[in-house]
Amino acid sequence: MQGQSERKERRTGAERYRAGVLKYAQMGYWAPDYVPADTDVLALFRITPQEGVEPEEAAAAVAGESSTATWTVVWTDRLTACERYRAKAYRVEPVPGSPGQYFAYIAYDLDLFEPGSIANLSASIIGNVFGFKPLKALRLEDMRLPAAYVKTFPGPPTGIVVERERLDKFGRPLLGATVKPKLGLSGRSYGRVVYEALRGGLDFTKDDENINSQPFMHWRDRFLFCMEAVNRAEAATGEVKGHYLNVTAATMEEMYERAEFAKELGSVIVMIDLVIGFTAIQSMSKWARRNDMLLHLHRAGHSTYTRQKNHGISFRVISKWMRLAGVDHLHAGTVVGKLEGDPNTVQGFYNVLREPHNPPDLQRGIFFEQDWAGLAGVMPVASGGIHAGQMHQLLHYLGEDTVLQFGGGTIGHPMGIAAGATANRVALEAMVLARNEGRDIWHEGPEILADAARTCAPLRAALDTWGEVTFDYTSTDTPDFVPTPTVA
Amino acid sequence: MRLTQGTFSFLPDLTDEQIRAQLEYCLQKGWAVSIEYTDDPHPRNTYWEMYGNPLFDLHDPAGIMKEIESCRRTFPNHYVRVNAFDATRGWESLRLSFIVNRPPHEPGFALTRQEGPGRQQRYAMRAYATDRPEGERYTVVEPRTRRGTTQ
Repeated sequence: MQGQSERKERRTGAERYRAGVLKYAQMGYWAPDYVPADTDVLALFRITPQEGVEPEEAAAAVAGESSTATWTVVWTDRLTACERYRAKAYRVEPVPGSPGQYFAYIAYDLDLFEPGSIANLSASIIGNVFGFKPLKALRLEDMRLPAAYVKTFPGPPTGIVVERERLDKFGRPLLGATVKPKLGLSGRSYGRVVYEALRGGLDFTKDDENINSQPFMHWRDRFLFCMEAVNRAEAATGEVKGHYLNVTAATMEEMYERAEFAKELGSVIVMIDLVIGFTAIQSMSKWARRNDMLLHLHRAGHSTYTRQKNHGISFRVISKWMRLAGVDHLHAGTVVGKLEGDPNTVQGFYNVLREPHNPPDLQRGIFFEQDWAGLAGVMPVASGGIHAGQMHQLLHYLGEDTVLQFGGGTIGHPMGIAAGATANRVALEAMVLARNEGRDIWHEGPEILADAARTCAPLRAALDTWGEVTFDYTSTDTPDFVPTPTVA
Repeated sequence: MRLTQGTFSFLPDLTDEQIRAQLEYCLQKGWAVSIEYTDDPHPRNTYWEMYGNPLFDLHDPAGIMKEIESCRRTFPNHYVRVNAFDATRGWESLRLSFIVNRPPHEPGFALTRQEGPGRQQRYAMRAYATDRPEGERYTVVEPRTRRGTTQ
């Protein structure tokens, strides 16, 4: 039996390369003295080792399996600058309040990654390692992407500022709604919902993630009817409007065909789903940039791996990857709506998507400083179970650069779809006006809404219908940290 | 119709007191306020006429209110908007833009269509007011039928 310290000690020379099996720590993947370089990619994993596996060895195994290692010693390492290419676990600490779990910090040399490829980055960082037997569970919590690497990605094809300039909409969150019911409407009926919602005051309407080309509505029909609705609504209001035409399809060829058709028809925006995969997302991003089109990304499927705290990938990492890959909109939670979302955690996602620089912010789940090196921001989208009565909370939690999407909260309005849209728009403008005037919207919000409803019957009806609706459940994905007066 | 461009067009027209409060907010943020006017409200008509340069060095809303009043007096039948510009790195664009004057009667927009292949339509949007030459638009004052579109 080896002693505990010996098991963690790095072997060198002939002893290191003798055929056989060594501990990952002995192979050089545990390096507590290592000082990460500014150009290193850093990753923070939450590891749950199997019984009897020491945390340092588990961390070293993660470093090894996500970089150069295999299960046994290979002499061909010696034909490479292997010391450099080995990822290095440089810090391990217990997760506060979660016995058996550890945070493992791992540094990767920049040369391990192909420039500008999320597929390549993710194949390393979340490749084989998540099925590794010595770990019960593994979660990728956060990453630091060095400026040198960020610069190899084009980022969002449009970005928040240019989106606002193109749409001529400043100073308030944008408003949207997803057409409901999400499945079953014919193209003609579908376009009716789009027209009513846009002329009533929304900036955008949206296809849902699973609206592609089904028997009840083929994609070309949807596109033609939706663009009729968009153009009619623009003429009725004198504003730029858009409908996210979902171009998600089985193959790239079909997605390009649909996107081209959307462009021909004069749409300002197209939409894709996260399930099409990282490479397809990057391809569509290039297409959008080439064709002056906004690119909306729906995060369909993410909860399968982002929601549980002990295993998977945090959505803050997905947010970082998608900002690099280059999308203009990304669904990132509502805090107050029907879907999972702890306030601090969701604010962390929003900050990652739209700030030029993120300081470490443990309360919001951000472990590393991140400099976005001039990369444009992504507009976070809040969608799912929100209504006009929550406007003060939404503005308080989510800020101004976001798209607030009221699907049921628009279409389910007792006076009709256009009235539902008007209620949301009036509530929003009244709240922004009040905030700018210096009023305390968090406490005075309901009063501000009631005042605005005096001259707006649709808002009155919305407040009467949904004013009391809340979704108050405990979140599963919350930050684990020990509050300290200053962040290290 | 009621043109709903700008941050606050769904609310009743802002009073001078409300405009002043918004100016105060912009100045506190360090944004430069400017005033623009037009009689061509097409949503893709980006460049409204500038009523002088942005007021970079005015730090009192009263001075800006005077400029707004002067613009309104000169162009009572035009759209007038107030923009707030943020020159911070990474933004370098407008932060707020709202209408402070509109013509007494807003005739709205015509949507014309050209038939294309495969049921495609070529849409073009045109403000009725722009059928007349610049400067002569919005001059016929007609009674407003109702205030706002849906309120």
